[in-house]
Formats: sequence, structure tokens, C-alpha cells
Amino acid sequence: MSVVAITPDYEKHIQYRDEQALYHGALLVYVHWEEHLSFVSAFAVSLPPDTPFGAICEIAKGIYGDHPDAAQIDWMKVEWMIDSEQATPDFGKSIAENGVGHKSLIRFWTPGLHGYQGTPN
Amino acid sequence: MTQFASITLMQNDDARPIIDAILADNPGVRILSMPGAVKLDCDSRLTVSRASVEERLGRPWSLQEIQLVLVSMAGNLEEDDDLFTLSWHK
Amino acid sequence: MTAKKLSLKQRYEFLTRDLDWEPSYQPVDSIFPYDQFEGIKIKDWSGWEDPFRLTMDSYWKFQAEKERKLYAVIDAFAQNNGQTGISDGRYINVLKLFLTAISPAEYQAHRAFAFTGRHLRGAGTRVACQMQSIDELRHIQTQIHTISHYNKFFDGMSEFPIQHDRVFYLSVPKSFFDDARSAGPFEFMIAIGFAFEYLLTNLLFVPFMSGAAYNGDMSTVTFGFSAQSDESRHMTLGIEVIKFLLEQHPDNLPIVQRWVDKWFWRGFRLLGVVAAMMDYMLPKKVMSWKEAWDIYFVEAGGALFKDLARYGLKMPKYANVATEACEHISHQNWGLFYQLCHVAGFHAWMPDAEHMDWLSEKYPNTFDKYYRPRFEMWAKQEKEGKRFYFNGLPQLCSCCQLPMLYTEPGDPTKTCFRNSTFKGTRYHFCSDGCKDIFDNEPEKYVQSWLPVNQIFQGNCGGATVPEVLDWYKINVGVDNCDYVGSPDETLWKSWMEQRFSEAG
Repeated sequence: MSVVAITPDYEKHIQYRDEQALYHGALLVYVHWEEHLSFVSAFAVSLPPDTPFGAICEIAKGIYGDHPDAAQIDWMKVEWMIDSEQATPDFGKSIAENGVGHKSLIRFWTPGLHGYQGTPN
Repeated sequence: MTQFASITLMQNDDARPIIDAILADNPGVRILSMPGAVKLDCDSRLTVSRASVEERLGRPWSLQEIQLVLVSMAGNLEEDDDLFTLSWHK
Repeated sequence: MTAKKLSLKQRYEFLTRDLDWEPSYQPVDSIFPYDQFEGIKIKDWSGWEDPFRLTMDSYWKFQAEKERKLYAVIDAFAQNNGQTGISDGRYINVLKLFLTAISPAEYQAHRAFAFTGRHLRGAGTRVACQMQSIDELRHIQTQIHTISHYNKFFDGMSEFPIQHDRVFYLSVPKSFFDDARSAGPFEFMIAIGFAFEYLLTNLLFVPFMSGAAYNGDMSTVTFGFSAQSDESRHMTLGIEVIKFLLEQHPDNLPIVQRWVDKWFWRGFRLLGVVAAMMDYMLPKKVMSWKEAWDIYFVEAGGALFKDLARYGLKMPKYANVATEACEHISHQNWGLFYQLCHVAGFHAWMPDAEHMDWLSEKYPNTFDKYYRPRFEMWAKQEKEGKRFYFNGLPQLCSCCQLPMLYTEPGDPTKTCFRNSTFKGTRYHFCSDGCKDIFDNEPEKYVQSWLPVNQIFQGNCGGATVPEVLDWYKINVGVDNCDYVGSPDETLWKSWMEQRFSEAG
């Protein structure tokens, strides 16, 4: 153990506060639209593992709807990255089958849409 | 970069004789005046002298009274009954 | 024959060290069980110096004098309706953030210095920690007293203790102090005494309180500078503790260096909130955050670390990253507040044209290129009746607990993502600084109470935003959302109209 603690049995008392088991069967997933930094950060969403990947596009539409670029997204052309690996997700298959795990980070790029007036906002 | 020894005091009547004493006793002091406070910087070393403040104040004054108007400082502090010194190690 | 008056040094010796005693029926180690496990080696506690040489009797005398002066101002301010003389109604939001984020931290510091004073075995250290503990209690009390006057008129201040424990952005200062207090006493002293009080507190109190003075908030500037006069003593304690630890044993250096690296970075992240306050929330501005950083960190911190180099101590590991980020953080954090103020306890707004020009002038390398377009887009949407809000819950950093909003060092067009896996679970970080802190002690940070994650786990009053806001004790439509159209604005305008009609 790397924590320098005064209690020799420190590890026995650790309360893990972010394990998947605490999410009532769901996975916590993070989704981030690249080159659109006007949105403060990736959004967090908890989803059952059998959620179809396509649902992520629908949720993203709701969250990003206020941005002038949002209506122009062609979801078939979006480039994806799941946990630092380039990915071509199958929208009909579940997020779990597409390799999304608890606290995975899904980043996407929208070709031709590089933010407000071409600035990454 | 210059190693400034620095003191920041409130801009009020109680602090004025101390500010004046510092300006007189520390040649080359740099003044940064802000609303409500003044920051005084001096290369490597800055002193506050009890005698010099008393001369301006016209009454006995203890160096510890500086704590009533002190806002901030930078440097190693050495304080005795006569001098309050901030300095960097050379 | 009259007795000769004792010198400052003699008085200090008699009234501090001489009051200590050698225990006779308990071993010293069992009286002080906390000051060895961190690996810090102390050969001689008498090497501790308190250059202020303040004794308890003088302490009470000076503190009483400070309180008398402060309460005279607070009284006068209330009696003369000082609240109507501030620069603009927007200014009050600074006080809401201060009261909910900073004041409870003063209380945490009070508790922690009481504990630390009890558990460090040197008499000089114990007396200094005791004074600081009492100071910190004085600070929160005077802050509550001062701000209570504004609470009679403005919204968003009345539930500050509960909000500090629950609201998402307030977990940033809360977790900062929880982290420091759950460390050993020496790490606490480096964390709060040295890194926070010596290195960073000037950035909070000096330009910010000067800002209060400039914006007509006489009561806040008075508690601010009254607190800050104690701060000078705290700074002295901070610099003495680091010199003492480094002088005592060479084995202490790597431990202290790691603490300095860690607490510099945690403090830098925490103070990003103050950066947004200074650049965006003060209607009349004293200096930009960048200017304050250059004076108080680059110049003053540079002088300090040059001095400490004789012990082998280096500048904090991510000092250069922080200095580069200072061109960005106030704008990035204001963007955070602006788009999430519907779930916050204060109001936000877009800077007007004049304010944007000031920002361009103060941030010539970054503002026009990266942030002006963002704000112009939002201002345009506001005009069209489509006020921009972030409609989701943000991803949080597992160390600093801020939303993962910061950009890559050297590339402000890309969000910085870092992660580590511990015992099969992934953890995300906003920066290398935060990732390092986790990686050094993962067992500690897996226990973090991350507000967003806790909402999803079902621990924050319910699954919907209104339920969570209710649990946060945020009065929806009153405490939150835009300043324009808020009850605060209506009140302020009515005061201004009154002033105008009386003058006419």
C-alpha cells in the first residue's frame, strides 16, 4: 500500500466510492464532443450495459442541442474513440458489446464541424 | 530575477508613519499602491525601525504593533526590540 | 529598585518554552503518537524558531484591538446602509462564493490547527499552532457577521454550511481541506501552513480584498485585511516549518518535496475559482488574475524557492504548467459558472463590451483567440432568448473534483484527459498534477465523495435536477440562473432608481 498511514490495517477500512456495484447495475459513462469547448466538459450518464450504442447519439443530441453545430451532425460520419482507442461502434449493438465499460470515456469528432465560427468553441 | 523582500500594509492613518519610515530607511523601495493596501518591495532586504517610526509618530511604539496594520510579507523575518527585518538568504 | 523590562527574546523564552515541562509518568512518544509515522525525522525540537516571538498575553491584546476596529466598521456599515453604496448588484455574488466556499474552510483550518498543535511535540510549534487555530475561528466568525448584513437583502447566502457539504463545486474546497486534515500533522503543516498560507494565500486575500475596497464593500475589506494581518503570522509559521523540517534531517527532503508538489497543485486548482472571481465578478477591477499571479507567484514564489534552494528544495513540479495555464483558467472557470449557474447558488452573466476589451488587453495571447468567440456566441444566444446552459452533469476529476474542463498544456484547443486504473476501476483526472497525486496514494482517493457520481448512485435527494437542487437547498428561480432578471437585480435597480429620484 502506498498511503503512509498510522493505522496498520488501513486497507481494511477503505470505503471504495466509485465501484460499478454502487450504480445499481448501470455503467457510468462519459461522452465528450471534441473541438466544442464551449461545453464545459464531457457529460456523465449512467446506462445499463445492454443499452444500444445508438442511444448515446440521442442523449448527446439532447445535451448539445443549443449549439449551432449540433443540428448539422451527421452521426454516420462521426469519428469515435473509446478509452483512447479509435473505434467504429455498431449503433445497434449494446454499449458493452462495443467495448464500453464502467467509467469509459467516449470521445467523438464531427468532420466539417470544428466549433463556433471555426474556433474550437 | 530580483529577490524582493516585501511588506504589504493597510493604507490608513495607523500605517502611514510606518510606511513613511520604511520609505526613508530603505533606499530604492518599489511601491505598488492598491485600493486599501500598499505593497513595498526592496531588493533582498527591508527593515522597519522602531526609532524611525517613533520619530514620526511622536510617541513610544512597539514593533509588535505593526501586526495591527500588516497585510502580508515576503522574506525571512527577524524581529527584536528595535528592528523588524525581512531578508532573503544570500 | 525597578526591575528592568524584559527584551522580546527573553519574554518569548519565559512565556513559551519555559511553560513546557518534561513528562514524568508517561513516555513522550505515547503523549505525541502522531508525529512519527509520516517518516519525518526531528533531532531537536528546540531548533524551532518563531521570529514574531509573540506571547499569549500580547496575542490577546492585539487580537482584541483588531476586533474592536473591525466591529466598529461593521456597525458603521450597517448603520449607514453601506449595501446600497457598492459598485453594482452583481458584486454580491463574490460574497456568496466566498461565504459558501472559503468561510467553511476557515473553520476546517481552525479544527486542524487545534489538532496539529496538540500533536506536535515542540513547545514553540504548539503555541504558534494554537494561535493560528484561534485566528481561524475568528475568521469564520467575523466573515459570518460581516456577510450576515448582506443576507438581509440578497439571496443565496442563508444555507452556506449545508451547501458546503453538498453542492458540486463546493466539494472543491471541502475535499481540499478534508485531504489536508486526514493527512499526518507534518503534511498538514506543509499543505496549509506552507503551500497554502505562504505560497498562495496572498492571491486570495490581497488583490481580492483590495477589489472589495475598490467596489465599495467597506465591511468585507475590513474583515479581509483584519484576517490577513493574522495571515502574516501564519505565513511566518509556514516558512519556519519548511525550514525546520529541511534543517532537521536530509531524509526529510524527498518527503517534503512531494508534499510541496502535491499541495502547490491542489492549491492552484482551488484558486482557479478566485481567478474567475477577480477577472469576471468584480465590477471594478484592481488587477487581472495573471498580473496577481506574476506578482505573488512568479516573483514572490521565485524569491522564496531561490532561498530554499540551499536545502535542495526545488520549485513545485508543475509550477510552469500553472503559470502557462494562468492565461486560461479564469476564462475557463467563468465559462463553467456561466453555463452551470442554473444548478449553483449564485448568479452569472456575460461580460459587456468594455469588460471584454479589458480582458483582451490583460490577456493579449489568449482572450481574443480562444475565449471571446465563446462569449460572443453566448451573448448572441442570450439576445435571441436562448440562454446557453449545460444540460448534462459534468465529468469530474477524481482528485480536485472540478469538472474536467482544463486544456492540454500548450494546446488550449484540446481538453486534457488523464486516467489511472486501480483494482480494476478507472479514475479520470484533469491534469498530470492531479493524476500524480492519485497515483501516489490511490487508497486515499478512491474514497472521494464526487458529487456528480453520488447523484447517479442515488445519494443526493433524488434522480432529477429539481430534487437535487432541493437537497442542495438552492431556491430555484431566486438563488440561481442569470443575474439579469433575478430578484437581486430587481432589488438593486429599485435602490438605484430611488437614489436617482432623490437626487433629482
